[in-house]
Amino acid sequence: MTNAIEIDAVTRHFGRVHALDNISFTVPEHSIVGLLGRNGAGKTTVMSIMAGQDRPTSGHVRVAGHDPFEHAATLAQISYVRDNQRYPDDYRLHHVVRIAPDFAPHWSEDIATELVEGFRIPAKTPIKKMSRGQLSSVAIVLGLASRAPVTLLDEPYLGLDVTGRAFFHRVLLRDYGEHPRTVVFSTHLIDESASLFDRVVIMDAGRLVLDANSDEASESAWVMSGATNAVTQLIGTANVLSTSTVGGLMSATGSGELDTETRALADDLRVHINRASLQQLVAAYGADRAASDTIDEDRRA
Amino acid sequence: MFTGEIPIYQQLADRVAEDILAGTYPEETSVPSTNEYAVFYEISPITAAKGVNLLVEQGVLYKKRGVGMFVSPGAQEKLRARRRAQFAERHISPLVREARLLHIDRTELDDLISQEDSK
Repeated sequence: MTNAIEIDAVTRHFGRVHALDNISFTVPEHSIVGLLGRNGAGKTTVMSIMAGQDRPTSGHVRVAGHDPFEHAATLAQISYVRDNQRYPDDYRLHHVVRIAPDFAPHWSEDIATELVEGFRIPAKTPIKKMSRGQLSSVAIVLGLASRAPVTLLDEPYLGLDVTGRAFFHRVLLRDYGEHPRTVVFSTHLIDESASLFDRVVIMDAGRLVLDANSDEASESAWVMSGATNAVTQLIGTANVLSTSTVGGLMSATGSGELDTETRALADDLRVHINRASLQQLVAAYGADRAASDTIDEDRRA
Repeated sequence: MFTGEIPIYQQLADRVAEDILAGTYPEETSVPSTNEYAVFYEISPITAAKGVNLLVEQGVLYKKRGVGMFVSPGAQEKLRARRRAQFAERHISPLVREARLLHIDRTELDDLISQEDSK
C-alpha cells in the first residue's frame, strides 16, 4: 500500500518550546486516521506541517510523494481547515462557497449544498459572527466538498451538536465510499469517532506514543480493576500507563499482551480485566504518573 | 452502536451472520455493500470490509464480481453448525455458573427452562 503522508524524524521548535520532538509515522493512502492526544500534544503543529503551512525545524515530510511546502501541485491535493481559520470581515457563507472551488479542483457542489442544508448554516450571518458550531460546520463543508485526496480536519466538531456530528459521520463515510481519499482528523471526542478510524496516532507532549491499526491499538490495551493490593500484585511487570485509586479500590490502564498466567491469577484475586476503549487508552497515555489520580482515606475523611 | 469488548469487524460479522440465520437475507440473495454497512453503522469502510471478508472466509458469503456480496448456498447450515459448537461455552456454562451461585438446583433450572420455552 502506498503512503499518502510520510512524516520522517520531524522536530519543530518554537523558540525554546519543543512542539514536536523527532516524530515519525506514515499514513497509508485511503485510510481514515485519528490524530489523538491532549491539548498541547502537537496535533495542530503536525497537521500544519502536513498541510504545507509550516516547516519542520528538522526532518522531512512528504505528501503524495512530495514536500508540500510552497509546492503548488501538492498543495492542490490537500484540504486543510484549521480550527481557528480566519475569514475576511464581510464574508458570508456564499462568499466562501463561491471562492472554494478555485482552491479545490475536485470540488463537489452537491456535497456542499447537502452539508449546508444538513447543518442549517445561516446564509445571512457574517462568518465572523457565527457560533463555534456554525464555524465548525463551515469548515466541514470546505473539508468534505473539496474531495481532496488528502483531507486534514483539525477538531472538525468543536461546538457541533450531536445531530450535526452524526450527520458529518454519515456524509464522510458515504462520500469516502464513493470517492476514496485519505482523511486525518484530530478530536477529543474519541468514543464517538473511534469506530471511524482505520488507524490511530496518539501523541503526548510533542512525542509520538502510539501509531497502530485501531483494532490492534485497543486489542492490546486493558483496564484492570479490583482491590488495591490485588491489582498492585498483578501489575508487577506489566506496562502500566496510568492508575487511579479510590479508597481500597484501584484501576490500572496499560498496554501489551497479558499472559494466561496473569489472567488466571486475576481470576483468583477477583480482579476484572477489560479491554480498554480507545478513549481510555488516550487518557492513560496523557496521564502524568506523578499526578496519577489518588483519593486516599485522609483526603476523603 | 457497537460496544467495546469485541473488535468492531467481529461484531459486524456476528450481526450479519445473525441476519442470515434469521432469514433476513435468504441464500443466493445479496447483502448490503461494505459502503452501506460503513454508513449505516458509522464505521470505517476498511473495518466493514474486514467484517464482511471474515464471512467470505467462512464460506457464508461469496463475491459476484461487479455485482456485490451474496449469501452462499448452505450458509444457514454452516452458521448453525458453528453456533451450535459454541452454544455450550457461550450460553450453558454462564447459565450453570449463575445458577450455582444462586443455589438454583437442576429441577428448578429445568422448570425455568420449560417455562421460558412455552412462552
